[in-house]
Amino acid sequence: MKNLLSITDFSVAEIDELLEVASDISVNGEKYAEKCKNKILATLFFEPSTRTRLSFESAMLSLGGKTLGFSDANSSSSSKGESVSDTIRVVSCYSDIIAMRHPKEGAPLVASMSSTVPIINAGDGGHNHPTQTLTDLLTIKTEKGKLDDFVIGFCGDLKFGRTVHSLIDALAMRKGIKVVLISPEELKVPDYVKTDVMDKHGMEYEETTDLEKALPKLDVLYMTRVQQERFFSEDEYLRLRDSYILTLDKLQNAKKDMSILHPLPRVNEISVDVDKDPRACYFKQVQNGKYVRMALIMKLLGVK
Amino acid sequence: MKIDAIKNGIVIDHIDAGKGRKVYELLGLENLDCTVALFKNLPSKKSGKKDVIKIDADIELNFEVLGYIAPEATVNVICDQVIKQKIRPEPPKYLKNVIKCKNPRCITTVEQGIDQIFKLTENGVYRCIYCENSVNK
Repeated sequence: MKNLLSITDFSVAEIDELLEVASDISVNGEKYAEKCKNKILATLFFEPSTRTRLSFESAMLSLGGKTLGFSDANSSSSSKGESVSDTIRVVSCYSDIIAMRHPKEGAPLVASMSSTVPIINAGDGGHNHPTQTLTDLLTIKTEKGKLDDFVIGFCGDLKFGRTVHSLIDALAMRKGIKVVLISPEELKVPDYVKTDVMDKHGMEYEETTDLEKALPKLDVLYMTRVQQERFFSEDEYLRLRDSYILTLDKLQNAKKDMSILHPLPRVNEISVDVDKDPRACYFKQVQNGKYVRMALIMKLLGVK
Repeated sequence: MKIDAIKNGIVIDHIDAGKGRKVYELLGLENLDCTVALFKNLPSKKSGKKDVIKIDADIELNFEVLGYIAPEATVNVICDQVIKQKIRPEPPKYLKNVIKCKNPRCITTVEQGIDQIFKLTENGVYRCIYCENSVNK
């Protein structure tokens, strides 16, 4: 039985196959309308995340399946002190596949140890969020037509941004990708991402604090939110929040076919004017998120 | 300082200076009934200073724990005051219930009855298998 706990659980070939299916779903959705008929997806959200939960539920409903679950820990037995293992053991009896989000890092691995159905990690603290990575990969592939030989800039909170770390993990397995890491000193990518991932795979990368200087060389720009919940001091948060705001003015120096991605939600790091620019892909990402989740559910359920 | 030889037992030699107490604790040597001596900062030709532990009984050592905390050490098994065997502990691939994850966001801090497991990475660092937080020895 296969789970998706981290993006590295899948090989490059498996990811490519999944993205192929997701691409086909995007143009031939009706073909998949009954693929998961009589199957049940449990969405267990021990931590609220409306966007990701709705994406999973919409994905399962579009496959003809049904969904059940809870949207925050207070409405589950975990508020009474039930362990993750026990919750999963119980929910395994009611569903064919489980998508779970939990504030504690590694909770999906614990879940997979006691589950009799496949587990999808829908985010565990600051650790992993592999379905966001699949979403990002599908968006890049759709926009660029390939997943190798391009320059990608990551901008904003590269220290705590789990979507950045996971996407670097996934891209490190590809050829000819150069990474430009754009962040304030305080929010630089952790050393282990450099040593254990980029150095290990011989990935070319550079670090800078200057977004405007970096922009002209990028084929893809991945913006991230500076998350308030990661800071102890509000002053520090406010100072860094405004460090890297993407505006139409700054975009004048960027390539005409650069793609702008963002895992959303944004605060103010991308000016609303940019939404009209054809390079803005972040709302397409949301749509792609549903397609990859449909493809993923099918893959883990063994549905062809 | 004069150190008496032991007749039958174990000498854990060449422990990095300052690490002896940690080795003593992680091996659970305080639970033994026999004589156990921990020597700190003994002169060493190789490294200047070293810690040494002498155990006056032929006990079963946990080599996994020793390989994790003091892979530089040498274990001498003594029989009739003669070194019968010299063993170099290897860092184990996995460490189970030896240390605890210190990441406050790790699931192991709240989930009951869960094994604390760490995996040795290619870079020689142990990481919690749940949250991937690394261990600072």
